[in-house]
Amino acid sequence: MSDSAIHISLQQERPMPLAVELQCQAGELLALVGPSGSGKTTLLRAIAGLYQPQKGKISCQGELWQDSTRQIFKAPHQRHVGLVFQNYALFPHMTVLDNIQQAITHVPQQQREAEALKLLEKVHLDGLQQRYPKNLSGGQQQRVAVARALARQPKVLLLDEPFSAVDQVTRRKLYRELLALRQSLAMPMILVTHDLEESNLLADRIALLHKGEILQTGTPEFVAAQPKNATVARLMDQQNLFTAKVLAHDKSTQKTHIRWQGMILEASYQAQFAVNEPVCWMIQPANILLHRRGRPSNGDRENPLQGQIIEYMESTGLANMLVRVAKQLNIHISINVPLHVAKRNALGLNEKIGISLLAEGIHLMPYQTLRR
Amino acid sequence: MDWQALTLSVKLSLVTLIFLLPIGIFFGRWLAYRQFFGKSLLQTLLTLPLVLPPTVLGYYLLVAFSPNQGFGLWLASTFGTTLVFNFQGLVLASIIFNLPFAIQPMQRAFAAIPREIREAAACCGMPPRQVLWKIELPLAWQGIVSAMVMCFAHTLGEFGIVLMVGGNIPAETQTIAISIYDRVQAFDEHAASIMSLSLLLFSMLTISITFWLSERNQHTHV
Repeated sequence: MSDSAIHISLQQERPMPLAVELQCQAGELLALVGPSGSGKTTLLRAIAGLYQPQKGKISCQGELWQDSTRQIFKAPHQRHVGLVFQNYALFPHMTVLDNIQQAITHVPQQQREAEALKLLEKVHLDGLQQRYPKNLSGGQQQRVAVARALARQPKVLLLDEPFSAVDQVTRRKLYRELLALRQSLAMPMILVTHDLEESNLLADRIALLHKGEILQTGTPEFVAAQPKNATVARLMDQQNLFTAKVLAHDKSTQKTHIRWQGMILEASYQAQFAVNEPVCWMIQPANILLHRRGRPSNGDRENPLQGQIIEYMESTGLANMLVRVAKQLNIHISINVPLHVAKRNALGLNEKIGISLLAEGIHLMPYQTLRR
Repeated sequence: MDWQALTLSVKLSLVTLIFLLPIGIFFGRWLAYRQFFGKSLLQTLLTLPLVLPPTVLGYYLLVAFSPNQGFGLWLASTFGTTLVFNFQGLVLASIIFNLPFAIQPMQRAFAAIPREIREAAACCGMPPRQVLWKIELPLAWQGIVSAMVMCFAHTLGEFGIVLMVGGNIPAETQTIAISIYDRVQAFDEHAASIMSLSLLLFSMLTISITFWLSERNQHTHV
């Protein structure tokens, strides 16, 4: 157990269920992701000491903050926590400088101003120290909130959806600033977000929370590509999620075959599922190849399917399509290709196309009923 | 102008404020932030003086303070003192009938401070007492001042309860409101009109201050 990490273990049944086992290393950015009401903010508040769950233990950098078995619960002001609130919660009656100085307690009074000015410089707000929060833009307010959180010299930095109250242009700028800033921060960082794109961009690891329970943790790429079950896949916004039955495992070719809607698909070797066992399976759009018209390639031989584009949308350099692969069964697969590829192949609504599902990208999961 | 009555009224109002300030802050904050069993009942009781006819409240206070029974008897037998027809009695009555005027605006002012701001202060390392001094009181001060101004004006002009509990003893319990009544009874219309006009102007001033503060409050809280 590393001393520089934060260790969180919380259990509660009421008023909202919590079943959390987490740790975050120093310098690591862990994103708590999940839908609204999944308990992300409650968990963050519990870490800060603003909420006391019935049972659990929280220790950070060797300090015990909560241990229900020993009746230990440290109040928020006794924990060194830097918390950036969703709406920043700046003190409206104080200037930017005063806001930051309130959290500086580790240096003598006469050095606090200089310390606060240093932090303002760090978040690129030098020169605005005498302004009041109401005279700052959303992005500037967020930076003050970050500076104030860091002023506490926190043992853990907690960020509660800090980008949700700013416009998209500012948000991208703040993402870049956070990515740069975090290089110099040596404490565990926990970010709450419901935005998967945000967690992919910023986090080293994500913890997926659903109804107060951590369903899976891992790198954003891993959780998206290898969800533990169909619920995780759904919460990770995987569109191509289906049910099938395992047909056979072939150890020599390292392939597993599944039967899906009368078709046989080849998947990577996943022998943990028994033959004839019903399963759920998914494939990320990135693992679906588009057949180039008139120029077949090797990849085209992997699970080839013919279909018709029934939805076509262009956004941020990608063409997102919904392809109906079996008209009578109404099976739809979501794919996306770079916009220039879509243009070159003259893709559009109602066009007929050929696609291949890459066997390596087909991920099997335990069976559960899928709701449409 | 009955300067003695005016001085007594101002003294009564100021002494009442000294007691009501901490009481209002304590109860206002408690009611704004805490949920507890019986909160509605407590709020009803605290609001009662607002709707009860002053003579009714005055009557009950007179009964309660009477040295022949209950609280008044205990006070007389334990401390050898009484609360009827004297200044101390008037102070206690003033505190009681001003409770809603003190607590309600303060409760609203504390409730208007977003929870996150108080929590942010705690996360900055401030213990609860410091959160009160550095965050809550500066953010709620308009509500507190406006409550105090209302209580001052209300005490200055209160008639029914003062007459019931204190009677009409010059220099002891004869406040300006009672003095006006006294002057009218004595057909001294000149004195009555000067004192009435003074009270009218003062009331207008206090109401203007409270409106101005509440406007300012809306502009400051973003």
